[in-house]
Amino acid sequence: MPSQLPAPAPEPTPETEAFWSATAEGRLLLARCDECDAVIWYPRAFCPACASLSVSWIEASGNGTVYSFTIVHRSMGRFREAVPYVLAYVELAEGPRVMTNIIGCDPDAVYIGQAVRVVFCDTGEGSALYRFEPVAT
Amino acid sequence: MTIKKRAFIAGVYEHPRREISDRSIAQVHAEVALGALADAGLSLSDVDAYFCDSTAGFGPLSMVEYLGLHPRHVDSTETGGSSYVVHVGHAAAAIAAGQCQVALLTLAGLPRSGRMRGGPAGGGPESSFEAMWGMAGAVTSYALAAQRHMFEFGTTSAQLAEVKVAASLHAQHNPRAFLQTPITVEEVLASPMISSPLHRDDCCVVTDGGGACVVVSPEVARDLPRRSVTILGHAETVKHADNGRIDIVSTGARTTGPLAMAEAGVSPGDIDYASIYDSFTITVIETLEDLGFCEKGQGGRFVLDGNLVAPHGKLPFNTDGGGLCNNHPSNRGGMTKVIEAVRQLRGEAHPAVQVPDCEIALAHGTGGSIGTRHGSSTVILGREDA
Repeated sequence: MPSQLPAPAPEPTPETEAFWSATAEGRLLLARCDECDAVIWYPRAFCPACASLSVSWIEASGNGTVYSFTIVHRSMGRFREAVPYVLAYVELAEGPRVMTNIIGCDPDAVYIGQAVRVVFCDTGEGSALYRFEPVAT
Repeated sequence: MTIKKRAFIAGVYEHPRREISDRSIAQVHAEVALGALADAGLSLSDVDAYFCDSTAGFGPLSMVEYLGLHPRHVDSTETGGSSYVVHVGHAAAAIAAGQCQVALLTLAGLPRSGRMRGGPAGGGPESSFEAMWGMAGAVTSYALAAQRHMFEFGTTSAQLAEVKVAASLHAQHNPRAFLQTPITVEEVLASPMISSPLHRDDCCVVTDGGGACVVVSPEVARDLPRRSVTILGHAETVKHADNGRIDIVSTGARTTGPLAMAEAGVSPGDIDYASIYDSFTITVIETLEDLGFCEKGQGGRFVLDGNLVAPHGKLPFNTDGGGLCNNHPSNRGGMTKVIEAVRQLRGEAHPAVQVPDCEIALAHGTGGSIGTRHGSSTVILGREDA
């Protein structure tokens, strides 16, 4: 993995435990409503589209495009020394726009509309973060 | 029920200092409370309703006790920087409903001195999907909005900078402003990049301080010596990520602007002065569009040609210097937005920036982030005395 970005461990709740267990195994899950089929983000056991409490997990394709991004030049905490890095919204092929980092390329090479694919970054604490890398063209 | 003309702002006060290392937060609340009550010609014993945000302590419980109040109505609605614009509307509604007569709203915070307390930070169900990407304060997510706005509409960094330039032209007349030196577009663009495309000078100041506002019934207002300002309309909303289909090129002002103006019976062309929340320059650009002062996407063009510059621009804004130059106490600018609008309607803004014959003013608050989720609130105020 080319990224030197810190990978803070997530804090799973009963509602998100399955999601974070899957990222540790290299899979990106999405919650989908059993009633209206809406793909839900952020993951929750409730459908904000139709108010259903019946939600299941599906596996995401891992493909997306950059919806927006920023190159962070001043940061804090564990990220203070990691600048410059890219924080972005990636629009997944399934619809949701998810906050994440773009890694694996020069920050100046990131652009809106860029095709990206999910990668998983080990937190060192038995969990992993979903980040995205440009798809080689 | 409408609140139109059923409540009046009788007193306002902005704490004169921008660095207050020798006071507790509660002390600053007390100072601004007395300041606004004195401005209104009232005293603490007249107060029967109290409003504050979540950083004041245990909701309003702490400050009600500290100040020795015995209210029959309290409200600590927390929507970040928009909180106190929300509170003005809630106070007016409570007065119109007959629940109280004299509402005191106080804001205080000491973030510049490193003593920021409590607040709504983190802990929400969304936080475990946003906290690990290196978000370096609010600037990071506002930068996402700015980048997308540039992509969709061709907005430029120089256009964003015009917002700061206009604020600085106003702040030079405010001897209490944190930044009092006029700045050029070139200087804004030369300031350090914090989170692209936002430079340091696209960001508001971090200041200690506070402010207060007294909202009263028409009966109370009529007996007061000072000119009061009538509340014509108000609206609030929360705009959020909408199940991951987030739209970061528009704000909750798209909802609250039309609602508040409809209640007031005015349109954007009737607004003589506007206090527009200016946490960042992009906040102003998007809000101007959403309030209907220009078409969506045209905010960057609207701010050119001195349109925001008082007294003679098309839409004079933030004549105190705003959050970008004057003051952003407690990281919450809604209170100072209301205060400057009241000054304009009373004809008490600095003569160099006083809008001639200012009859209708708008104050808009944005709290949280337009790049994630935010509270949005608009209030329309009129010059009409009680």
